[in-house]
Amino acid sequence: MKIIKNLGLIIFLTGLAIFIGTIFSGSFNLKQAELNSFLKEQNYKNALIKEALQEAVVTDEALNIFEFSSRVRKAYQKSNDYYDKQIAKYDAEKNWDAKGEQYQYKINGKPHTLSFNLAKKAGKGFVTKNPGLAWFLTFGLGIIGALLFILPNFILLGKPGIKNDHIYHESATNRGFIAWLVLIFLVAFYLVLYFFADYVVNWTFILDPISQFLADRPASQWFVYGFLYCTVMLTMGVRMFIKYRHNKYQIVRTISVLFFQIVFAFLIPEIMASLQMPEYDFKNAFPLDYDFFFEWNLKSLTESGGIGIFILVWGIVLTLVIVPVMVYFFGKRWYCSWVCGCGGLAETLGDPYRQHSNKSLNAWKLERWLIHSVLVFSLVMTLVTLYCYFTGTQSFLGINSQWIKDSYSFLIGAWFAGVIGTGFYPIFGNRVWCRFGCPLAAYLGLVQRFKSRFRITTNGGQCISCGNCSTYCEQGIDVRAYAQKGENIVRASCVGCGVCSAVCPRGVLKLENGPENGRINSTEILLGNDVDLMKLVNEK
Amino acid sequence: MEHIVIIGNGISGVTAARHIRKNSDKKITIVSAEHKYFFSRTALMYVYMGHMKFEHTQPYEDWFWKKNNIELKKGYVAKVDTENKNLQFSNGTSLTYSKLIIATGSKPNKFGWPGQDLEGVMGMYHKQDLEKLEKHAPNNKVCKRAVIVGGGLIGIELAEMLRSRDIPVTFLVRENSFWNGVLPAQESAMINNHIKEHHIDLRLNTNLKEIKADEFGKVRSVIIEETGEEIFCNVVGLTAGVTPNIDFLKDSNIETKRGVLVNRFLETNVKDVYAIGDCAEQHEAIGQRRNIEAVWYTGRMMGETLAQTICGNKTEYKPGHWFNSAKFLDIEYQTYGWVFSEKSKQENEAYFQWKHPKEHKCITISFDKKSNKFLGINTFGIRMRHEIFDQWLTENQSIEHVLEHLKDANFDPEFYKLHEAEIVKKFNKENNTNIQLKKKSLKRIFSKSY
Repeated sequence: MKIIKNLGLIIFLTGLAIFIGTIFSGSFNLKQAELNSFLKEQNYKNALIKEALQEAVVTDEALNIFEFSSRVRKAYQKSNDYYDKQIAKYDAEKNWDAKGEQYQYKINGKPHTLSFNLAKKAGKGFVTKNPGLAWFLTFGLGIIGALLFILPNFILLGKPGIKNDHIYHESATNRGFIAWLVLIFLVAFYLVLYFFADYVVNWTFILDPISQFLADRPASQWFVYGFLYCTVMLTMGVRMFIKYRHNKYQIVRTISVLFFQIVFAFLIPEIMASLQMPEYDFKNAFPLDYDFFFEWNLKSLTESGGIGIFILVWGIVLTLVIVPVMVYFFGKRWYCSWVCGCGGLAETLGDPYRQHSNKSLNAWKLERWLIHSVLVFSLVMTLVTLYCYFTGTQSFLGINSQWIKDSYSFLIGAWFAGVIGTGFYPIFGNRVWCRFGCPLAAYLGLVQRFKSRFRITTNGGQCISCGNCSTYCEQGIDVRAYAQKGENIVRASCVGCGVCSAVCPRGVLKLENGPENGRINSTEILLGNDVDLMKLVNEK
Repeated sequence: MEHIVIIGNGISGVTAARHIRKNSDKKITIVSAEHKYFFSRTALMYVYMGHMKFEHTQPYEDWFWKKNNIELKKGYVAKVDTENKNLQFSNGTSLTYSKLIIATGSKPNKFGWPGQDLEGVMGMYHKQDLEKLEKHAPNNKVCKRAVIVGGGLIGIELAEMLRSRDIPVTFLVRENSFWNGVLPAQESAMINNHIKEHHIDLRLNTNLKEIKADEFGKVRSVIIEETGEEIFCNVVGLTAGVTPNIDFLKDSNIETKRGVLVNRFLETNVKDVYAIGDCAEQHEAIGQRRNIEAVWYTGRMMGETLAQTICGNKTEYKPGHWFNSAKFLDIEYQTYGWVFSEKSKQENEAYFQWKHPKEHKCITISFDKKSNKFLGINTFGIRMRHEIFDQWLTENQSIEHVLEHLKDANFDPEFYKLHEAEIVKKFNKENNTNIQLKKKSLKRIFSKSY
C-alpha cells in the first residue's frame, strides 16, 4: 500500500512538473496574414500599432512566451505613448478637436491581457498540436497520481472513524517546508493567473478542445481555472469520502458542494455561453458576486432579453430573500459548507490544513473588524456604482465609481480571495477568506447570530475539555470554551461544517436547527446536573 | 485579604479558582509541580498521536491568569503545616494561606511488581509520562514491542496511542473479558473484538509476574504469572487504576484514608482546609457512587461547589445522576444512570439489550424487574442526549416511556442512520408489549430539564 502511495506521489509530481513545464514550451510568432486578421478582428484604428506589432512578432524566430509578451507589450506601449504625446501636444495648443480625435487611437486594456489575446493566436508547438496528449500528461497524470496516493487510505486508515494521526508530525500538515512549498506554488499560481495570464497561455491550449465542446469558444485563463478547480475538488473530495466514511453528514455535505461547483459554477455558465446567453452562476449571491451590479453586467443582462431579466430578478431575490430565509431556518451552513464554491475548495483541498486557523482572542477581534469592513466596502462600492449607473455621473460623494471598483477587485477580489485566501491555506488554515474577508459570510453571519434557528448544542456535562473541537475548527472558533460551559454555540462565523462534532471523542457536539426559544443559553455555572442545585444557582 | 491557595492545577483546582474569582476578589494562588499552565489531561493521548500540539490542550491562553489575577506558582509541596497555615516546598520556600484547597488528583497504581520502577516503565497520567513515552517509544524501531498491564480506560488509550505509531502492543488484562467489572458481557465482548481488530495482542486472564531489566537497567521483558511466558519489550505501561496523590500529607493533621477524607461540604477535619477531585474521599458514599471518584467531571463539579462555599454560599456537594463517557478506539461509549455488569448486578435489575447485526453499535437498558422503572442506559456507537436522560431519571420514568421517546434522546449527527425502530421492535417481541415509537419532538428536546 505504501508503495502504491509513493508511486502515486511520483506520478502526481511528474504531472505537476509537466504542467508547469508546458509554460516554457512552444513558440510564439505570427505570419503577416495572421496579424492582419487579428487587427481586423480587434478593429484598431491606427496604423502605428500595426507597424509596431509587425516588427515585434511577425518573424520566423521561435520566440518563447516571455519574449513574445515583452515585445507585444512594448509595441502597445510605443503606440500608446505616441498618442499620449499627441494628446499632450494638442492640449497645449488648445486644439480641442484634434485632441479629441486622438483618443480613438489609444488602445485600452491591461498590457498582459492584450498580450494574452495575441498569444492565443500566435501559439505553436507540441501543446497546440496535441492537446489530448498534453491533457493526459498534465491533468491525467495529476489525477491518476493523486488517486493512487489517496485511495490506499481506505485500507491504511483502518476501521472507519476519526483518524487524525500524525497531522502534527508531518511537514505538509504541520507548517513544515512542504507546507511552505505548497504555499509558494499556490501564491505563484494565483499571481500568474490574475496578473500575468499571457505567461500561461499554453495551459489554455491544453483545454481548448474541452472549451470548444462545452462553450463553443477557445479556453481563457478563467476556463483553465474553473476546470482545474473542479478537478481538484473532485479528487480531494474522494479523499474526504474516505477520511469521513463513517460520518454521513460529511459525505452528504461533500456531495452537495461538489454538485454545486461542477454544475452551477462550471457547467451551466459554459453551456449558457454556447447558447449566446450571459454566463451566470446561479448560486453566486451578492455581495460575494461583487460585480453583479456593475454597469457592464447590468447592461449585458438588460440587453439579453428574458433570460437577462430573469437573472437580474433571481440575483436580487437570492440575496434579499432566499439567503436570509434559509439562514433563519438552517444557519449559514446551507450556503457556506453546502453550496459555496470557495467553501467547497476549502472543505476539499483545504481539509488537511483546517487545524491551522488561529484560535486566539486577538484573531477573533481582527476577524470581526476585517470581515465587516469588507462588507461595508462592498456595499459602499455597490451604492456608488448604482448611483453612477442611474444618474450617468462619474462619482458619488467624491468617490469615483471606476476607482472604487478597481480597488475592490484588486484588493479583495484578487489579493484577499485568491492570493491570500487560497494561497495561504497551508499556513493560516483553509478558511482565511471565509473567516476574515468574505462579505457574504459577514452578511450571513449577522443573520445567523441574531435571527436563526441554528445552533451547535453541547451535551450536558460530558465535555472533557480535550480541545479536539477547537483544534479542528476551520473558522477559529474556540468551540471548547462553549462546550465546557455547556453553552450552545451561536457564533456568527460558524459555517456548520460539522467537524467539531465529528472529532469529539465524547459525543458532546451536535449541529441542530430548533426553536429560537432557548437557543442562547449562557449558563454562568454548570453545577453538575443536580436538579436542585441548578435551580438554586439560576434563581440566585 | 483572604488568600486561597490551591494545590494542583487540574480540572478541580482550576475550576475552583475560576469560580472563586467570578464571585469574589480574594487572592488566589494555584500551586503545581507538573506544568505552569492548566491543560486537559484527557487530551495528552492526542498529542502523542499527532492530532494536536501540547498548547491545544490548554483551554485558556497564557494571559488569562494574569488578567483574572490568579497567581500561578510552580513548586512541589513537601509539607502542610495546618497549625500555622503554611506550606513548605521541596526547594525550602514556603507560602501561607487563609484557606487551602487540596486538589492534587491521583497517581497510577503500582502493586509492588518486581521491576516496576525500571526505566521504560511508565503510567499514562502525567505530562511527564508523555515525555517519557516520547523518549522510549518514539517509533517501532526504538520500541519493538510495548506491554500494557491493566485493562481500564487508560490502558486501552495507551494501546491506541502506541498503535498509531505501529508499535506492536501486548495488552495484559486480569479479567476474562475487557472491563467486564463495569460493562455487561455483550458490550465487553464487542470491545474485545474491536481491540483485536486494531491488531492489539489482547491477553485475557493474564497477570504480570515481574518486569526484567537488561544490563543498563532498562526494561527488557515481562514475565507472565500464569504461563511463565517471557515477552520481550522496550516499554511497559502500568495502567491498573489510580490512587489519590496525597503522600505529602502524611505528617500533617489532615485526616486521610485512601484519599483526603471530606464531608459533603468537601471540608476536611481541619478548619479552612478542603479537598476536591480525585484525591477527595467521602466518609460515606453518595448514592451508589464510590467514595473516591476519579472522574473528570466530578472534579469539575466539586470545584464549582466548593467555590460557592468559599464565597459565602455554603453548598453541599450533590453530584446528581451518574453519567460517564469514553471512547474505545473507534467506538464511542456513553452511560446515564446505573447499568451494572452481570458481576455486580442487583437483585431487582434486568437488562434489555440490542446489538446491531454488523456494526459496532449496541445498547443496554437497565430497569427494575417489578416496577419497570428505568435505571440506566449504556450506548455504544450511538450518541444520546444527556439532559433528556437526566430528566427521565429524575422523573423516575419507566422503560416504556424511555423507549417510546427514544428519538428525542438521540444525539447523533444529522443524516445518521437511526435504530430506534429496531430497538423498540426487539423489546416488544421479547416482552409481548406494544410500545409505539413517538415522533421526535423539538419541544421536548429543547425545553430545559431543570
